[in-house]
Amino acid sequence: MADLKTTCAGITSPNPFWLASAPPTNSGEQIMRAFDAGWGGAVWKTLGMPIQNVSSRFGAIGVKGVGGVGFNNIELITDRPLAANFREIAEVKKRFPEHAVVVSLMVESREEWKEIIARSEDAGADGLELNFGCPHGMCERGMGSAVGQEPRINERITGWAKEFATVPVLVKLTPNVSDIVPHGLAAQTGGADGISLINTIKSIIGVDIESFTPRPSVGPASTNGGYCGAAVRPIALHMVAALSRDPRFRLPISGIGGITCWRDAVEFLLLGSSSVQVCTEVMLRGYRIVGDMIEGLSDYMDRHGFTAVDQLVGRAIPGYREWGELDLNFEAVAKIDASRCIGCQLCLVACMDGAHQCIHPGPEAEVRVPVVDEAECVGCNLCQIVCPVEGCIEMAPVDNGFPPVSWNEHVAQGAALRPKKGSHG
Amino acid sequence: MSKLPALRSESAFADRKPAYSPAQARVEANRCLYCHDAPCIQACPTSIDIPTFIRKIGTDNQRGSARTILDSNILGYSCARVCPVEVLCVGACVYNQMGVPPIQIGKLQRYATEHAVTQGWTFYEAGPDSGKSVGLIGGGPASLAAAHRLRRFGHAVTIYEARDMVGGLNATGVAPYKMPADDAMAEAERVLSIGGIELRSGVRVPQDLSWAELERRHDALFIGIGLGPDSALLTGERPAGVHGAVAWIEQMKLGTVDVSGVRNAVVVGGGNTAVDAVRELLGLGVENVKLVYRGVQAGMSGYAHEWDGAKKEGARAVWQTVPTGWQVNAAGGITGLRCLHLDADKQPIAGTEHEIAADLVLLAIGQGKLGALVADLDGVVVSRGRIQTGPGGATGRPGVYAGGDCVNGGKEVVNAVAEGRDAALAMHTTLTGGAA
Repeated sequence: MADLKTTCAGITSPNPFWLASAPPTNSGEQIMRAFDAGWGGAVWKTLGMPIQNVSSRFGAIGVKGVGGVGFNNIELITDRPLAANFREIAEVKKRFPEHAVVVSLMVESREEWKEIIARSEDAGADGLELNFGCPHGMCERGMGSAVGQEPRINERITGWAKEFATVPVLVKLTPNVSDIVPHGLAAQTGGADGISLINTIKSIIGVDIESFTPRPSVGPASTNGGYCGAAVRPIALHMVAALSRDPRFRLPISGIGGITCWRDAVEFLLLGSSSVQVCTEVMLRGYRIVGDMIEGLSDYMDRHGFTAVDQLVGRAIPGYREWGELDLNFEAVAKIDASRCIGCQLCLVACMDGAHQCIHPGPEAEVRVPVVDEAECVGCNLCQIVCPVEGCIEMAPVDNGFPPVSWNEHVAQGAALRPKKGSHG
Repeated sequence: MSKLPALRSESAFADRKPAYSPAQARVEANRCLYCHDAPCIQACPTSIDIPTFIRKIGTDNQRGSARTILDSNILGYSCARVCPVEVLCVGACVYNQMGVPPIQIGKLQRYATEHAVTQGWTFYEAGPDSGKSVGLIGGGPASLAAAHRLRRFGHAVTIYEARDMVGGLNATGVAPYKMPADDAMAEAERVLSIGGIELRSGVRVPQDLSWAELERRHDALFIGIGLGPDSALLTGERPAGVHGAVAWIEQMKLGTVDVSGVRNAVVVGGGNTAVDAVRELLGLGVENVKLVYRGVQAGMSGYAHEWDGAKKEGARAVWQTVPTGWQVNAAGGITGLRCLHLDADKQPIAGTEHEIAADLVLLAIGQGKLGALVADLDGVVVSRGRIQTGPGGATGRPGVYAGGDCVNGGKEVVNAVAEGRDAALAMHTTLTGGAA
């Protein structure tokens, strides 16, 4: 059986599943219950100077009756007394010495950083996470994403933290930037031991169309919040991968963003995360989801012959190329398995209206299995995406006789490209 | 229109498919795949755009959902409750191919239309006066659908109905666990509320009003007179305790029937009226209810899902059996049926005489045809009792259209609605100078 023991930026935990700094890590009592449930680590709800939160705080979007596919919040850092937090950190570490307790921090001045780091380490923190990501409220006061968006400030404050800290320092980055790489490099230059990303995305989750106010409502108004949940996962995966594949970037990554289950976690590991952090799915379903995550990851690793988590880390990075490096001569076409087709024709309407008009009704009106015009099929996947029957539509590679040629190679060497399809003439 | 008594025999029945709550409707609506060129639409005689009305439930466009239904089927509320969805839309749902429970289209349609009723939403107005007039003979679903569509076009409309109520078999014949009569009549009132539909009840055509007079009054006529009385079994006097099933069901729905002393009830027939009658007798508390049918189960014209339901409720069947005579007591009341067994070719088998005990017998062996009523109308062809029509319900006589049971021989409410609606479209085209 695979060993799930994890080391990320020098911080060890029984498994790679950490709770992200957020409401589920607001107190020692919660974190102890989470560890009892199986979580390997927790990043404590961000500590800083006292704040006051608003009511209400959360908003969400659902799809076809499933709530919380996308989620946002306008809650700030901890509103509990610092002394209580430090006392509870010590209690948790005493009961769970093997688990990772990382303390998230967000303060302003050098002196404040010095003091809060010292108190965190005194309480027993295994690591620190500098919150340079929060895109609401705190950034208006010059903290959170206001830091994460300015590489020079990021580097300077990271440097302060490294000056005062003896335990590993993670820098949590904001995704509210055009290119994540300079921000990761700034933290690296500042001396960070690792990077956590992504924090939440600046967002308005919705508008109450009856009262004409954005959500979540705080009386007659609202504000932009931080977007998270399953819907942000693709953005997070890209940012994790963008750092992982940059040859200048050498730090370990704790991946965050829309992880709901072991499969999602594996994707983050394969793109270069060495631990993962979860918040929204726990907020929606509770700590108990970790049992499935541990079991699912373990079975997956056994199935692939992985014996340790670090063997997965970054395994999908070689498969991430620039567009100009992709093989333009690779060709796939949709094949519909008539024995599985239920005749909904969602593939047909999607192809006709949203793709390349190459799926048509069959020759007999009473047979509802559509027919793919393979000569025009560009292999776009849309039909497979809309098909409700698993395994009914296969995107089958075509041997067209053309050797692999990328755009870059084509431009540089004039290598031959296969004929275009789907342009109808 | 006449008011129904508050307490009727049908009042004893509970709704077999109770209405969805908003939460249930949303969950079910969200399961719909929203098929392209959906098989459920093709299976609906009125071609309701089912995926669209269901999607609108999911997007909380409740008004639009009801409108989508009613645009195609103005009796969409009762069709939601009385349609044999198992063999129509629900039976066509692609989820059946996937081994997944099909979308409960009938229940969703009921939800959408009932919500519109509760909210008091109306969707249609009469069109500007066209100066044309149409007479509709019969006040059942076909005529109601035709009348409503004609009014939307602005034609003057008069319904001639022999009874003192409209709604036809939708009110008098639907199994009460599907829909009680008052709901059907309330729906008929909503259809009439478009305004400008003159209702002449208690008028029998042609006895009280001749075809010639009708043609003089109107620019077009629609015949939607349904079927005649229950067919008789055996010749001679019918003993007390023997009833036509359609008449008995009507009595049960509009008034009361007394089954308190009935120990053994027999329903003769194998169609849907027979199966309904069996289930209604069981529902009223009759302990022993037998279906006597001359064929085997596979040959029944009644829906398999209905008979399966009847069996679960305790019905028994006597297959390949034909009644040959009544057994009566001294008072002339029925005590049993003398019967013979039939072979696979439905021929009597000699020596198989036997008796089936019965103190109530309902005959569901068909209804008379009303072809004779249109005998005066040259050009209207009646074949095997059914009025022959072409596209849009046109008969062979210019200006005369027909639809519903008198044309199709006795199908569902939804078929009558489709035929009435399509006849209205054809009449409108003709009346406004288009091609017939």
